Order: sequence, then C-alpha cells, then structure tokens
Amino acid sequence: MATMVDYKAEKATWCPGCGDFGVLNALQKACVNLGLEPEQVVVVSGIGCSGKISQHFGGYGLHALHGRSLPAAQAVKLANRHLTVIAAGGDGDGFGIGMGHFIHAMRRNIDITYVVMDNHIYGLTTGQASPTSDVGAKTKTSPAGTVEQPIAPLQLALAQNCSFVAQGFSGNIKQLVSLIERAIQHKGFSFVNVFSPCVTFNKVNTYEFYKEHLVNLDDDPTYDPRDRVAALRRVAEANNILVGVIYEDPDRPSFEESLRGYPAEPLVRQDIALQAADYAALLETFR
Amino acid sequence: MGSEVGWKVGGKQGEGIDSTGEIYAIALHRMGYYVFTYRHFMSLIKGGHTNYKIRAADHVLRHHGDDVHVLVAFDQTTIDVNWPELVDGGIVIYDSSSFQAKKPDDRDVHLLGVPLTEIAKEAGNPIMKNMVAIGVSAAINELPPEEFRPVVQDKFGRKGQQVVEANMTALSRGYAYFQERSRVRFPLPAKPDLQGKDHLYASGNQATGFGALAGGCRLLAAYPITPATEIMYWVLQHFPKYGGVVLQAEDEIAAINMAIGANFSGVRAMTSTSGPGFSLMMEALGLAGMSETPVVIVDVQRSGPSTGLPTKTEQSDLNEAVYGTHGEIPRIVLTPRTVEECFLLTAEAFNLADHYQCPVIVLSDLYLGMSYQSIDGFPVQAVRYDRGKLLSEEELAQLAKSGYQRYDASVADGISPRALPGQKHGRYVALGNEHNGTGLEVEDQETRVNQMRKRQRKLAGFQHFTGVSVEGPDNAPYALVGFGSTWGGLEEARAALAEAGLTVKHIHFSRVWPFPEAEFHAAMDGVRLALVTELNATGQLKQLIRQQAGYHDRLHSCLKFNGDPISLREIVDSAYQTFPMGVFN
Ligand SMILES: Cc1ncc(C[n+]2csc(CCOP(=O)(O)OP(=O)(O)O)c2C)c(N)n1
Ligand code: SF4
Repeated sequence: MATMVDYKAEKATWCPGCGDFGVLNALQKACVNLGLEPEQVVVVSGIGCSGKISQHFGGYGLHALHGRSLPAAQAVKLANRHLTVIAAGGDGDGFGIGMGHFIHAMRRNIDITYVVMDNHIYGLTTGQASPTSDVGAKTKTSPAGTVEQPIAPLQLALAQNCSFVAQGFSGNIKQLVSLIERAIQHKGFSFVNVFSPCVTFNKVNTYEFYKEHLVNLDDDPTYDPRDRVAALRRVAEANNILVGVIYEDPDRPSFEESLRGYPAEPLVRQDIALQAADYAALLETFR
Repeated sequence: MGSEVGWKVGGKQGEGIDSTGEIYAIALHRMGYYVFTYRHFMSLIKGGHTNYKIRAADHVLRHHGDDVHVLVAFDQTTIDVNWPELVDGGIVIYDSSSFQAKKPDDRDVHLLGVPLTEIAKEAGNPIMKNMVAIGVSAAINELPPEEFRPVVQDKFGRKGQQVVEANMTALSRGYAYFQERSRVRFPLPAKPDLQGKDHLYASGNQATGFGALAGGCRLLAAYPITPATEIMYWVLQHFPKYGGVVLQAEDEIAAINMAIGANFSGVRAMTSTSGPGFSLMMEALGLAGMSETPVVIVDVQRSGPSTGLPTKTEQSDLNEAVYGTHGEIPRIVLTPRTVEECFLLTAEAFNLADHYQCPVIVLSDLYLGMSYQSIDGFPVQAVRYDRGKLLSEEELAQLAKSGYQRYDASVADGISPRALPGQKHGRYVALGNEHNGTGLEVEDQETRVNQMRKRQRKLAGFQHFTGVSVEGPDNAPYALVGFGSTWGGLEEARAALAEAGLTVKHIHFSRVWPFPEAEFHAAMDGVRLALVTELNATGQLKQLIRQQAGYHDRLHSCLKFNGDPISLREIVDSAYQTFPMGVFN
C-alpha cells in the first residue's frame, strides 16, 4: 500500500503559504486513502501556478497547455480506463481560456476528476483579473476594479447537470481530502472547485476571508446533495461561499458505459494488428 | 490508352444530383469499369449549382479528365456552366418537362430534351426523374438496364421490393425513350479483365480512415468540417468493432489535445480536420513536439484563407504544415499522392509518430479526399507495426536503479525511451515547458540547448521510405514537379506530352518534411527546367525546394487557386509555355 512518502516528488515551487500546497496535500492524501499506487494516477494540469501540481504530485503527469487539461485528461482516461485521472488547474485556466472544455466535459461524463484551484486571480502571470474575480476587484488589469460579472462555477456545473459537484477550501484539508476521495470514487465526471488563496496577488480572498464567511454543508444534516434544484438555491443563497458536496448523481451512466463497442479491458492493452479475416471483411465494404 | 467516357449530371443543390452521380458511378464500377468521380458543390444546402462528374474507362484513372461527352442537365445553369467541357459531337440531355434549354452555337453539340420528370411521374413518382436520367445515360453508353439492378436493389431494397421495381421501371423507360429517338452513342470500351485484381471503389477520405484503423489507431477525436468529415464517418462505422473510440470534440483545439492525451497513455490516436481546424491546432502541435508525444494529424486541405471556399480544393496549407506553431519542433509531413497512399501513409504515420515521438501530419485535400474512384486493391500487405522505444516494466525496473530519465538527452539518436502511465518505475511528467532529462521544468541554458539539440537530432538522416517518386526518362531535360493529390493529373499530362514528343519526367513528393533532399537532387539530375505545379497562389512547394535544395533559376511555377482541381489541359499548356520545344530534345 502506498503512503504519502511514495507520492513525494520535487519540492513545490509555490510561494510560502500558497493555497495550492493544501490542494496538493489533500490530493495525495485522498489517493493514499483510496489505496491508489502513484503510477496508477495521472494528473493532467494546465498552465498557471496551479498547473505545476502535476510536477509536484508524484504520479504520472501531463503538464498540458493553458486551458487544455480537460480534453487531454479525458482521452488519457479513455485510452486506459484502469488509470485514475485527475485534471487540475487554475480559475483562469479552467473558466477563462478553457471554459468551453469544462462545459463539454460535464456533458460527456467521462470518469475523471477535475480540481480547480480557484484563487480569483491570475497568479503565474503576476496578478491580473480572473474570470472569478469579484466585481470591483482591483488587479493589474483592472486598476479601477473589474466591471464584469464573475463566473459562478458551481451554478454553471449544476445548470449543466454535472454528475458530481463539490467545493472545498485549502484551509480545511480534512474536508478537502474527503471531497476529493468522493469525487474520485464517483463514477463519471466529478468537479471539485477549491478556494485556494493566492497570498501574493490577492489580498481580498484570503484565508481569513474564507474562514469568516464560508458556510459548511457538512454542518447541515438536512442538506440533500441529490436534489439539484435545492442545490442551485443553496449555492445562490450562500453567494457561492460554501463548501461541501453540493450535488451528486451516482446513477448517471458514464460515457464509458454508454459507448458502443468500448471494451472492458483498457484500450492500451488491445492488440492493434489487423488479421487477414479483418482485412477480408473490411475490403468487402469497398466493392 | 483505351477509349473512355466523360459523363456529368448537374442541377440545383438539393435536387438529388449527388445521388444520381453516385448510383451511376457505383453501377459502372460494379459492371467492371474503372471510374473516377469529382463532385462540384457549394457550401449551402439548397439552391446553388452542383454537378457530379464521372470519368469511366477500362484502366485505372487518376484524374477526373477534362472532357464531358454526356451532360445531363436539370436546369439551364448546368448547360451554361459546363459548356466549355463538352466535346464536339457530345450530347446534352435536359429535362424538357421543366425547362426549354438553350445552347451556344460555337460547337456542334447535340441537345435533346427528355421529359424526365414526366416519364418518372408515369412510372409512379416524379422523384424518380434521376433514375430516368440514368436510363437515358445507359442507352447512350450502351449499357443494358438490367445491369443496374444490383445497385438499385442495394440503394432501395430497404424501402421494399415495390420501390426497387418502380425505380427499375423508371430507368427502363428512360432507356427506351432515348433508344427510340436518338442515334447518338458513346459506348464504353470493352470491359477490362479484372482477373486477379481487387476491384475496389473508395475515396481518399475512406482510405485515410481505413489506413488509420489498419495502422492501429484506436481513438479519433475530431470536429466536423468539410472536406474531412467523411473520415469521421468511415471510422465511426468501423472503429466500434475493434474497440476504437470516436470523440466528436467541442472544437479542434480539444480534438488535438485529446489525441495527444490518448497517445500519452499509449493508444494510437489521431485527429482529422481541414484548414480552419488545422490553424486552431497550432499550439498543441508544439506541445506534441516539445513533450515528445506521438500524434497524427490529417489535414484534408480546402481553399483558404480563413473560411475561404469551404467546398473547393487547394494545396495551400503546406507552409503551415511544415512551419506551423511557434518555436521549433521536429515533425514529419506526408503528402499522399493517391487513394492507395492515403491508406498506406496514414497507417505508416502512426509508426513514424511512435518511432520518432513527434507529430506526423498527413496532408490530403478535398480533391483526393472526396473523389471516389476504382482502384486495384489496397496495399494491406505493406502495413507494418513499429511501436518505437517503449519500455517494459522489467526494463524500467532495471533503469530505475540509476534513475529513469524519460527525456535523457544523451541518447545518440535523440530518441529516449517512453514509459506509459500505469507502469511501475516509469513515473514522469510529459510537458510543454523546457525540461531536464527527468521531465522537470528548468530554465538553465545548458539543459535547454541540450534538449533542443536532442529533439532536433531525432529526424537527422531520416530515411523512412521514399519521399520522391520519379516517372519518365532519366535523362529528360524537363520535369513536372508536384506534391500530393496532383500526381494523377501530372502523370497523365506527362504521358500526353511524351506522346507529343516532349521528353519530360515527373518528380513528385509524397513526403515534404523532412525534406527528401538527396532523393530530390538525384531526381533533378539532368533537368534544366522544372515546372512546379501546385494549387496555391504563392508557390509554396517551389519556395520550399528553393530553400532546401536550390535550383533557383530552373524552377518555374504553374499555379492554380480558383477552387477547381487542375485540368490536364492546363498542365500541358503550361508545360508548352515553359519548356521550349525541340531545344533540348
Ligand atoms: C495560450 C496562452 N495564453 C496565455 C498564457 C499566459 N498565462 C500563463 S498562466 C496564465 C493565467 C494563470 O492564471 P490561473 O489559470 O488562474 O492560474 P494561477 O496561476 O492563478 O494558479 C496565463 C494567462 C499562456 N501560457 N498560454
Ligand atoms: S503567486 Fe499566488 S498562486 Fe502563485 S504560487 Fe504564489 S501564492 Fe500561489
């Protein structure tokens, strides 16, 4: 059984105190708790401070293009369904340049987990406005405050009928571990948005801010994550500042289950060579 | 060369012109003739002029031919637009139940009104006017109506035997109508001997899909775009039987990143597209090059730039294929010349991608991709499998003792062995950032330079299969030069020029990158003037040859970029203008 030691990779290069440390830690812990060997896990990340997570994780990694972790991750999974595939990146990566892929990944429902490290800012490029920046946020590209409405990732995911939606906080690792575990165990596409403070460029959405304002659904035993309409209302009421499993639909068939001819054994193990009988049948279609 | 027939049907888009052409082409093919078809269509669903050309003969055809002997016109526009192709003595059949045709009188062409719709109505349904037209054509080409039965059965059998019989009746009545009224005939030659031949009917796009399957591709991610979508259709039909996956991506950026992801996992994967989609893939092309992940990209070129002429052919993505993406990466660009090569080069593209761990681009085009033709079988016995340097877990365990380096820059050929996700002792991160041997992103100068050199070294001395074909006499002073789909036209033009006494050779690229320099120099031996024929406005192949091989003063251009494929006459005329008759002969 793998332990945290087996997941140790290179020392992370994030700023001391960066929320991404917590996400990395929680992701590794969740994998350990689920008994996953590091070589069975692939982290496919985008570009940004957050995107470095694939290099720090300690499993296989594909550090893909800015905004393109999801398309790559979905195919990594389809190619080898025995792998546990995590797509990860920032809010700019996922909700700016990569937004289209996010929506379509929810539609497709391939069995991967998408972790967004949402710091409401562009970190790696040193502090520009992000799609989740609040109205009025003063950044390098919005010196007078942003005027665009922020993306509402949870509501978006709920509206698109994403089969698993959760939100966590890198200041609450214990909960985040359990959210990621449940997300990985969910059959189908799972989305975990994580408030992961950027201590260097965002002086508003800080650890203190979240500690003060976050509503924790774990504290509400009456909350039913199977009720999508109630979930939408709850997220709106909390103005997105809430954590926990927001919604899950464990019965929805995954893409893999629905795909005609998709083999139970990983594609990567199939013999690719065509035989004489295959050719005979295929050539017949050209007569 | 035996005799041949050029037949064309035209009308408004949405009138069933395509299916008329298709039925006639398949019928001729099944009767044992060789056909080559070309569809002229527009980027709209209803209205607009469309036509379907069939050239039929007793030998393999590689070009749709310049001449039309029989034109079936469902409207006046068809006559006006296609008039220049009609030969002296040719015949125009028009639907006299719907219009009164006019023709210019610059040429002696027969014009015969046949009440196609009227006859169809009498046979049961006006919609069958195209079957009446086929019957008329059968009479002109001296083909017994019963020979069409198998195709009609195939096409309409699903709808019941009654529908089949009604269509056969319409066809026979058209046949009889013409027999009684006209003596104009364009008989097809005697049927060729097909003994020992695998007489098949395929388009370049189908062949590309088939090549992908045969080459071991098991994931296609693509976004619909003319003229590449048919690859997706073919693959959709056949992949599921082999466990293969077809993903309709949300866009071409997703498509190529999916193909890269699957290849990273160890499954051969590709994406197919045309110009606009290919442009969207440029950034990811660089990721494949930098992360040394195999990927195959098929670009079925169409007229650009931008949305350009979406349903017209061109060869103007050559520069993009050879140079596209920021920064510098190793890549391979194949340019299949024929339907058979669409099959074989696509299959081979997967070996090259795995072997060299880099992107391989297959440049086809609308003309090659969408033209259906009769061929003498696919070269299936030539398909081979080379997965390149893939490590086993045992090998990885051995390497782990000294530390496995996925991007080991010290390997002599630059190709460092791959591990696949899931394998023990192989963990690494594939990435688009510059990196060191173990796959960690670094910025130190020495590592950067070594890694760049490592990647560049991979294709040094690239020797895989010939990149240049040469036809015609070795000592010819003149040469026709081209790449990809123009092979058939250039080859036929060369033969025509030879018959007229002009000694010309034909040099053709089926691979443009890595540029087959030595082969090209050998081919150019003794050549004083070369006419580089390509379907673009700026002479991209000529520029590439100049840059890679020289011959500045010997290269001339024959360019075409109006959307139509090049005609034999255009090549021949251009050759006459470029090559002084008798000077070197
Ligand atoms: C196509 C492209 N455009 C722009 C960039 C520059 N860039 C790198 S990271 C980034 C945004 C990072 O913000 P976010 O995704 O929120 O991640 P964070 O750094 O905050 O974790 C940008 C714009 C790029 N790498 N690629
Ligand atoms: S800049 Fe912000 S997001 Fe980037 S590492 Fe530093 S704290 Fe983290």
